[in-house]
Amino acid sequence: MGNNLLVSSSPHLRSGDSTRRIMMDVVIALLPAAGAGVYFFGVRSALVIAVTILSCVVSEYLARKVMKREQTILDISAVVTGLLLALNLPPAIPFWIAAVGGFIAIVIVKQMFGGLGQNFMNPALAARVILLVSWAQQMTNWVSPGPDAVSSATPLALIKKGQEAVVGVALPSYLDLFIGKVGGSIGETSVLALLIGAAYLVYRKVITLEIPLAFICATAVFTWVFGGDSLFSGNFMYHILSGGLVLGAFFMATDYSTSPVTKKGKIIMGIGCGLLTAIIRLYANYPEGVSFAIILMNIAVPLIDRYTVPKSFGGEKAVA
Amino acid sequence: MILCTTIQLSGVMHMSFLKNMFKGGAAVPHRKNTESCETIKMGVPQKVVIPMLQHIGAPCEPTVKKGDTVKVGQIIGNSDKYISSPIHSSVSGVVTDVAPMLYPGGVYVTTVEIKTDGVQEVHESVKPPVYSNHSEFVNAIRQSGLVGLGGAGFPTHVKLSPPSDKKIDCLVINAAECEPYITADYREMVENPSGIVDGIKILIDMLGIKNVFIGVEDNKPEAIKLLKDITEANNSISVVKLKSRYPQGAEKMLIYSVTGRKVPPGKLPSDVGVIVMNVNSISFIAQYVKNGMPLIKKRVTVDGSAVQRPSNVEILIGTQLADVFEFCGGFKCEPRKVLMGGPMMGIAQYSLQTSVLKQTNALLAFDSTEAELPPESPCIRCGKCVEACPMNLLPLYINLNALKENHEELKKYNTNDCIECGSCSYVCPAKRHLVQSMRLAKAQLRQAAAKGGK
Repeated sequence: MGNNLLVSSSPHLRSGDSTRRIMMDVVIALLPAAGAGVYFFGVRSALVIAVTILSCVVSEYLARKVMKREQTILDISAVVTGLLLALNLPPAIPFWIAAVGGFIAIVIVKQMFGGLGQNFMNPALAARVILLVSWAQQMTNWVSPGPDAVSSATPLALIKKGQEAVVGVALPSYLDLFIGKVGGSIGETSVLALLIGAAYLVYRKVITLEIPLAFICATAVFTWVFGGDSLFSGNFMYHILSGGLVLGAFFMATDYSTSPVTKKGKIIMGIGCGLLTAIIRLYANYPEGVSFAIILMNIAVPLIDRYTVPKSFGGEKAVA
Repeated sequence: MILCTTIQLSGVMHMSFLKNMFKGGAAVPHRKNTESCETIKMGVPQKVVIPMLQHIGAPCEPTVKKGDTVKVGQIIGNSDKYISSPIHSSVSGVVTDVAPMLYPGGVYVTTVEIKTDGVQEVHESVKPPVYSNHSEFVNAIRQSGLVGLGGAGFPTHVKLSPPSDKKIDCLVINAAECEPYITADYREMVENPSGIVDGIKILIDMLGIKNVFIGVEDNKPEAIKLLKDITEANNSISVVKLKSRYPQGAEKMLIYSVTGRKVPPGKLPSDVGVIVMNVNSISFIAQYVKNGMPLIKKRVTVDGSAVQRPSNVEILIGTQLADVFEFCGGFKCEPRKVLMGGPMMGIAQYSLQTSVLKQTNALLAFDSTEAELPPESPCIRCGKCVEACPMNLLPLYINLNALKENHEELKKYNTNDCIECGSCSYVCPAKRHLVQSMRLAKAQLRQAAAKGGK
């Protein structure tokens, strides 16, 4: 008696939370957006989703095997990356490009930097941006929703051209934007579906609201002030509802590995993302700036964390 | 001196409601299985082993030697250092050994082993203390051997004599008992509320304190009601209902919740005009003033999945763990982990030959399903540890830098402010050994400082 006792450091009790459970929650939260994508853009979208998820999981398996590391596909994080990548791709993307995207996300962006929690850029977004600059034509081949899948422009592309006064097509209504009946990436168009998923993530305490709210507010304020013909006349509502802003703000910028850990840091991250998005949308060549903005802020995260180390309890002031 | 308006207000109201809530913490399960188990007295064991260190501070030197006869309440270890506390025999009998023995903390400490005679003859020195002023009172408390019974074991006489430049205006009674399983404080509140109030009155007289707050977590409604009823006539005592959230009973969190004052890093409660005492400590003072019997016994919650009869047991200090578990009907199944203290901060035991100390409040024995913790996986930077840390630290970065032995970074992340409450490890979805690395980090910093390093 007594020689079979386990001795370990306290605490001797752990919560039921797990990495896999969190990843499952993210997958669940993305299902409405994925469903909306399939509904608006057809079954082909479902196949794109399947291809990227498969590509990510297989890439993760092979990468870990080649590196002779412990297998990690059961933590579901590769599925999350695959799903997020698909939702950021145009519905008409060739399958092989989608598969290459999965490989880039997992092998180059995630595993080469040490795997889960170590990557300094959001794998899905970094892969999307690499695909965008490598296969610009296929990556901007947008189709309009519906069974006919005719070529179309995204709302942001329209408003961008609109600024240059080459308006030929009517802008979609706010309602269409909210529901997602517009051209765009598979999972970014339906604000409604995205908000349902986001509400689930907040309810499950997987994400907090600092980054998404700061992100969206900063984009709105900047596009309102500078987005119109004169100051304070920009159509900020249009900017909020279109493009990848809602998807990016709730699902991409909140990625744990590539966002700050303190409340203050998260607000800085959100504002930075919002300003960069607005600047790219208004002044750069690309109509959409969410991916670039998030990736640029990802790189700044270690710096943000360094300068937002909080004071210990009682270190601020003696009385509340 | 910081004066806080909330305190002056709530001093007038009898029952004050929680105005502040510390940030963070964890929603740990309560598992107060023994809350309705009335305290049962365990008899005198065949032998007791009494370590010469049962407090924070200098260890005691044994004042008895092998072969001596000792009686109940006799001093068997003492120290001339200020921060220390004498140790008394809990039994009458014969000293059979004085030697280093395994201590619940995992190290070897000089320990007096006594073979009991079962007579429990009381030593002639045991008589009610006579005191007429503060310093005589504090001296009497030192003689009683009282240390903080909540678990930390800080000598009470030191706590009761703060430096003269620090004016104490507030006494906070810690009855939060936020650790799962433990009901030793709760039983004191239910079984002996008048003792608690008597102890408070003695301290009010001796220290001239105006405001007394008894902080109780709201998962103990019966205790709150009893204490409220019994303190109704007394305007200076308020019962404060605290939100049940771990670590509500941690000294700094409790002071903040009850008074709104924040104890700065590296400072003591007296720096913000507060003295904190555990409920069992305060009622011990009342008992000691009445009959002069020093601290020789302790109520301990015995529970856990491997224990046959979970109970609250009054145990003589020095009783070996094996005897205690046997008293509670033995084990249902083979215990895989035995803790002294609660599951959040308790110390895992190597052996059942260690013994109950002054500050022991629980003995828990778990079967293998509860003893074995899930394996560690990579940090996903979710930040849940940051949210949970009541001290505002960034546990993930301390973990990272402790593993890299990066001392400069460890200082930057305020590692030494960690109170090791365990909230971060509890919430971590990757099951990182965060508290363990905090301890490692602190040890690294101590070693670096000892070497004269930066």
